[in-house]
Amino acid sequence: MADNNNLEAQGSEELLEQRETAGLSQSQIVLRRFVRHRAAMISLIVLLTIILFVFTAGGIQLGTADAPFRIPGWWQWGLDDIPEITNFGEPTLDVFPAFVDGTGVGIGLHPFGQDAIGKDYFALVMRGAQQSITVMFVIGIVAAIIGTVLGAISGFFGKWVDQLIMRFTDLIITVPALIVGAVIGVQIGNLGVFVLALFLGLFTWTGLARLVRGEFLSLREREFVDAARVAGASNRRIIFKHILPNAMGVVIVSVSLLMSSAILLETGLSFLGFGVMPPDTSLGLLISQNQDSFSIYPWLFWWPGLFIVTIALCVNFIGDGLRDAFDPRQKRRITRKDRIAAKTAKKAA
Amino acid sequence: MVAYLARRIGAMLLILFGATFIIYVLTAFSGDPLADLRISTDENAAYLLEQYSKDLQLDIPPPIRYFLWLEGVLGFLWGDFTLGINLDGAPVLTALSLALPISIRLVITATILSIIIGISIGIVTALRQYSRFDYSVTFVAFLFYSLPIFWVAVLLKQYGAIGFNDFLEFPEISTEWLTGLSLVSGIFWAGILGGDKKRIAITFLVATGSTAATLVYISQSGWLLEPSLGPVLISLMAVAAAFGITQLSTGISNRRVTAVSLGVSLLTPVFYFLMQPVFSTGFEGWLMPVLAIATVAVGAFIGFAFGGDDRRPAARTAAIVAFIGAGLIVLDRFMQNWNEYMYDIAYGRPIRTVGDSTLELQADYWITGIDGFVHLILPTSALMLVSLAGYVRYSRASLLEVLNQDYIRTARAKGLNERTVIMRHAFRNSLIPLTTIMAFDFAGVLGGAIITEQVFAWRGMGTIFNQALQRVDLNGVMGVVLVTSITALTFNLIADLIYSALDPRIRVTK
Repeated sequence: MADNNNLEAQGSEELLEQRETAGLSQSQIVLRRFVRHRAAMISLIVLLTIILFVFTAGGIQLGTADAPFRIPGWWQWGLDDIPEITNFGEPTLDVFPAFVDGTGVGIGLHPFGQDAIGKDYFALVMRGAQQSITVMFVIGIVAAIIGTVLGAISGFFGKWVDQLIMRFTDLIITVPALIVGAVIGVQIGNLGVFVLALFLGLFTWTGLARLVRGEFLSLREREFVDAARVAGASNRRIIFKHILPNAMGVVIVSVSLLMSSAILLETGLSFLGFGVMPPDTSLGLLISQNQDSFSIYPWLFWWPGLFIVTIALCVNFIGDGLRDAFDPRQKRRITRKDRIAAKTAKKAA
Repeated sequence: MVAYLARRIGAMLLILFGATFIIYVLTAFSGDPLADLRISTDENAAYLLEQYSKDLQLDIPPPIRYFLWLEGVLGFLWGDFTLGINLDGAPVLTALSLALPISIRLVITATILSIIIGISIGIVTALRQYSRFDYSVTFVAFLFYSLPIFWVAVLLKQYGAIGFNDFLEFPEISTEWLTGLSLVSGIFWAGILGGDKKRIAITFLVATGSTAATLVYISQSGWLLEPSLGPVLISLMAVAAAFGITQLSTGISNRRVTAVSLGVSLLTPVFYFLMQPVFSTGFEGWLMPVLAIATVAVGAFIGFAFGGDDRRPAARTAAIVAFIGAGLIVLDRFMQNWNEYMYDIAYGRPIRTVGDSTLELQADYWITGIDGFVHLILPTSALMLVSLAGYVRYSRASLLEVLNQDYIRTARAKGLNERTVIMRHAFRNSLIPLTTIMAFDFAGVLGGAIITEQVFAWRGMGTIFNQALQRVDLNGVMGVVLVTSITALTFNLIADLIYSALDPRIRVTK
């Protein structure tokens, strides 16, 4: 364990740290640490692939459910097509090569199967995944902007401004997100997922605002802020140019974690019937519609769930990687190989 | 302190006012509560419409109507408390008072279990930082964290209830399951206990072998249909618990404390036979907490009397051992009633997927207890799986943070053994930041319960909220919002108070 190190090992660790970060800027160090986080890098690649795949396959649909504007994707079926039920609606996706089960690898006519009335499930799941990804980014951006601005103002000015904003934050934080979401969703769920996400974003910035405020409270006492003020910088300049860049780590990490809970929030709301409304669809809605037929059509239940879990898992891992990368106290695991390298470097010096 | 509390409670009331006002207005504009009636062709629809509008005061605009609702809520000041009536004309207060205990039972069980299990796992992963065990647990924690609760709930329904009930018809564990479970157990224990290669191999073999043996016994003897522990097994488990708890609290090398806790554990079989007649005839539920307190008191007394120089640790250890022993006796009693419950009440399919209790069940304490358990197990597992991951991550991070502190180095430097350093110096301090998260999580679990109750058809607060929101039943929605907001605010206040009590650097009276 790292705790039992003797003095020499400690010395070599410090040397190792210095050697690794010598001559690099802060952002280069962060980037380097993030790239080294294997789970986060894999997740990033998987997530980007999913986003690309999902949006090109299903095409892009803009506007509301009543007046849609579509850019078609490469997948042959759309959301409104009701092809004949073939293969009893079972998935035709076959990932096992011929020598395992006798049939070759292929995606077939309906890789994810068909639902009870024959709609192509692949198209539905793609549309649902698009919705979830949209929600994730919109909520993330809205919450990031509101949370950062309010937290920054609150922490920087202090006194009654701080009191006012923090009490307002308490007010929003008091009611569980799911309840606020449900109340909003009932109202505007039919306006499309983009509007829903915009409004949900108005209620999910609270945790971020608190963190940013805490960061500002400690940063505003630092010497570089005094220096900037003496040099005649305005409050706005100090907030955005001097303090905010130093608090960026907190913002990025907490937004990424917020984004994964945003997916779960939207799918949960749609599951309860307070989110995305038919005829449009969402991953939560698909699960809700098919939960009772689990024993007969299990694939109708597995595919949407698989996409929710994969996306949320990737975002969580990316968030974890970012946290490790931004945290200056975070020490990398020192392997035996590193120690030997450090020792030889010390001897050479 | 009093001034601080007064200020906090004043702020709480203001926040409560703002939050309820926002939700009230938002809900009011979300739809028309009388939409069904307006399109109804029923001949007295017009009359009903008028009646409802009058009863619910729908002619008053929502922001003003809110104050009428608030007047009813503030009525508790002059003894006229009301939450209004719902769309069926029934008082919301009655519906809430029926639903609240059901939801609280679900949420509290899930929260306590996930705190205990989550913190234990988190600590083990922190102590085995960067091991394979740590990496696997981290991955599983992230996976659980990313699971939508409704998806887990439906899966549990399918495999935990329907699958398990089918299995109970012919409870013979197949070879595949036997091998799989034994291997998992072996890997798990080898990962937790750690050590050098030889020790890992031994742990793995012992754990795999004993799990396989237990499973074969369970499978062959039909234990699942007629489970029981019996006095012998209870004594053995109590002795094992005595060793385990002593090892954690003072270490077995402390002869005195070990002897005392062993002595207490050996009392378990005696009490087993003493308690059977007490349990069998007309046992009342209220006796259980009394007995629990008595057990702890007796254990603590024995420890205190015979503890010698280490009175206090001995009393603590003996009290925990006594509690575990008594718990085993009670568990055995429940098991004795399992067969009767399974065939007479559940018709061979004990694990339930719907509802919070069997309707109109007339039975003694033990059968009712089992009934509660079989209804609770799936929703609780669903809630637990989702909130467990948070505790694992936070307690791991918190303990690692503490282990890097200077006072830990000092403790090691002055020659304390590793057990004392971790249990006395690190573990206790690592729990302090967790209090905030517990308060926060409790409110979150209340929200999660809305979905879980929907899937398992519980008649709790979540169901009231769902139905009320679907019909734009303002008073119904507000009742639930009021309860959850008060709970969230109170728990936050309690967390802050506990925090300042535990951490002397933080003082509430600034």
